[in-house]
Amino acid sequence: MAVFKARAWLSRAFSTVASHPLRVCVVGSGPAGFYTAEKMLKAHQEAQVDIIDRLPTPFGLVRSGVAPDHPETKIVVNQFTRVAQHERCSFFGNVTLGSSVTLPELREMYDVVVLSYGAESDRVLGIPGEDLSGIYAAREFVWWYNGHPNCRYLNPDLKSSDTAVIFGQGNVALDVARILLRPTTELATTDIASHALSALEKSSIRKVYLIGRRGPAQAACTAKELREILGIKDLHVHIKEADLLKTPADEEEMKNNRIRKRVYELLSKSVTSRPLHPSSDPRELHFVFFRKPNKFLESDERTGHVSGVRLEKTKLIGINPGEQMAVGTGQFEDLDCGIVLKSIGYKSIPVDGLPFDNQKGVVPNDRGRVLSDTSGDHTRLEKGLYVCGWLKRGPTGIIATNLFCAEETVASISEDLKQGIVTSSSSSSGREGLLQLLDNRNVRVVPFSRWEKMDSQERELGNLKDKPREKLTTWEELEKALEE
Amino acid sequence: MLVSRFSGLGRQMINYLPKVPLTYAPKTGNLHASYSYFSHALKPKTFSTTTAHEEEAPQVEEISVIFVDNNGEKHIKVPVGTSILEAAHENDIELEGACEGSCACSTCHVIVRDMEYYNKLEDPTDEENDMLDLAFGLTETSRLGCQMIATPELDGICLELPAATRNFAVDKCAKAT
Repeated sequence: MAVFKARAWLSRAFSTVASHPLRVCVVGSGPAGFYTAEKMLKAHQEAQVDIIDRLPTPFGLVRSGVAPDHPETKIVVNQFTRVAQHERCSFFGNVTLGSSVTLPELREMYDVVVLSYGAESDRVLGIPGEDLSGIYAAREFVWWYNGHPNCRYLNPDLKSSDTAVIFGQGNVALDVARILLRPTTELATTDIASHALSALEKSSIRKVYLIGRRGPAQAACTAKELREILGIKDLHVHIKEADLLKTPADEEEMKNNRIRKRVYELLSKSVTSRPLHPSSDPRELHFVFFRKPNKFLESDERTGHVSGVRLEKTKLIGINPGEQMAVGTGQFEDLDCGIVLKSIGYKSIPVDGLPFDNQKGVVPNDRGRVLSDTSGDHTRLEKGLYVCGWLKRGPTGIIATNLFCAEETVASISEDLKQGIVTSSSSSSGREGLLQLLDNRNVRVVPFSRWEKMDSQERELGNLKDKPREKLTTWEELEKALEE
Repeated sequence: MLVSRFSGLGRQMINYLPKVPLTYAPKTGNLHASYSYFSHALKPKTFSTTTAHEEEAPQVEEISVIFVDNNGEKHIKVPVGTSILEAAHENDIELEGACEGSCACSTCHVIVRDMEYYNKLEDPTDEENDMLDLAFGLTETSRLGCQMIATPELDGICLELPAATRNFAVDKCAKAT
């Protein structure tokens, strides 16, 4: 029976840890969670670290965020796997904070709780027509092509027109554009979800517009991602030459920003380069600068479906030295399209019992220590509760950013232990307590060994199709894998 | 020059790695696996003349490399042709290598202490520069450990781990997803 055998884990827990272990629970098994676990295990020999995740599969955005055609970026799972296999570490998948177990319960059972569950929602534009069908958050689209079970049935409309509009010019926007434009023969040998691959093979999208409020000197992407999309076979890249004119304020902004400078140079160069041979299946990528969305337009033929966007031209005004913002000019233009992807930022969701700054979308914290009251001079500390990753600093940065983020949070925990603010208490039931509670609630915990079996299964399935893996993408498939 | 071409080749091969299933291996196991993967592939082409004399065990030249981190200096010997990342891991130096040497992350960032040595290195490729863009605490003499291959001219080079100068201004770090 696949129902988790708590007893085996209990005996393991007793055999490997001294009488008073420091009981640590990390919520979320993405890069922030795994780096935190790794640093805790290293810094504290007495620490016993349990990582829980709401999905049965570990690794968070390395699995469901990193693009399928970036396999090198996913190599870090080897390191995370070694952490999960550490004798003082356990992974418990299929455990949802808030429903399987509440935050107060976790804090009762563990000496230290680190929340690193990321950002599973999206910022909104807040303009008319945003709820028309055919408009998606980039996150949903990314989850869809990466086989996240929550977006398995998104079925984005790729067939009703030849044009897609993407709001945002960051790396997520570029990932999404690349997946829409790249020849599917090249995607076929990646770990892209099969449902997404077959939908992309039938896609009629040939033109993608990447829309940004500001100019090429302010584009939020990085050089690697930009270089990659500009290099797509048979792709015509369109940038208005007038948009590339630099003002002194732009120069000032780029002066001390290596990324912006290199991105600007790449964009400038791409204006002069065109594919040499006309292609049988031409595709176009349009960088549209100095435009902001004003409203979504509804289709006349298909009620409730988007048929275009109204854009307002913008201009830049200086707000601080080296910083400009876009403001509307009152001039509008319409752009027809059949699908819209909003890549304007992720958003974290709070759970009951967690202080949350709704404006910033993060948990108020002091170098990872959760603060319950930041008003006035007196800040109050939530003893034993910490944050790391996007929940702590907002949804930006690369995988490596979480390494430094985890170092900071773990340094705070170490300091608090040293000062006796946090102690390893004999009354905290830790792993045994959690497993008992989950057992009582009939939550089927997925240990790391079970994931390793699913992992082999995915690789075997992939092997048959010349893919590195074929992901299990529906809750039913995942359930079934747990039964086997 | 020859050496840097090798590392380029290795990188290209890494790009084809998706066809080779990634295996979970013990610490640094996969690093070795991926290195041996391309050194194995390269050997027949580059060292074919030496294969007949394998018993003679050709002498491998070594250079001295000094690593500086929070705990002070560590002097190690590095065989010529070895990458700095590989050498660091073999000597238990805490240099991260999240992508295991495929030039796809910035975690093996090191700072060359002396400009004189920095100038002896081949210029970074566009790909390395793209990753350096995102490195935490980038300096004028920053490089990626996985792209630096030990050559005789580098004997005595001193490399600082960014951790030695790191503060915790995480949110000032590169903004890229």
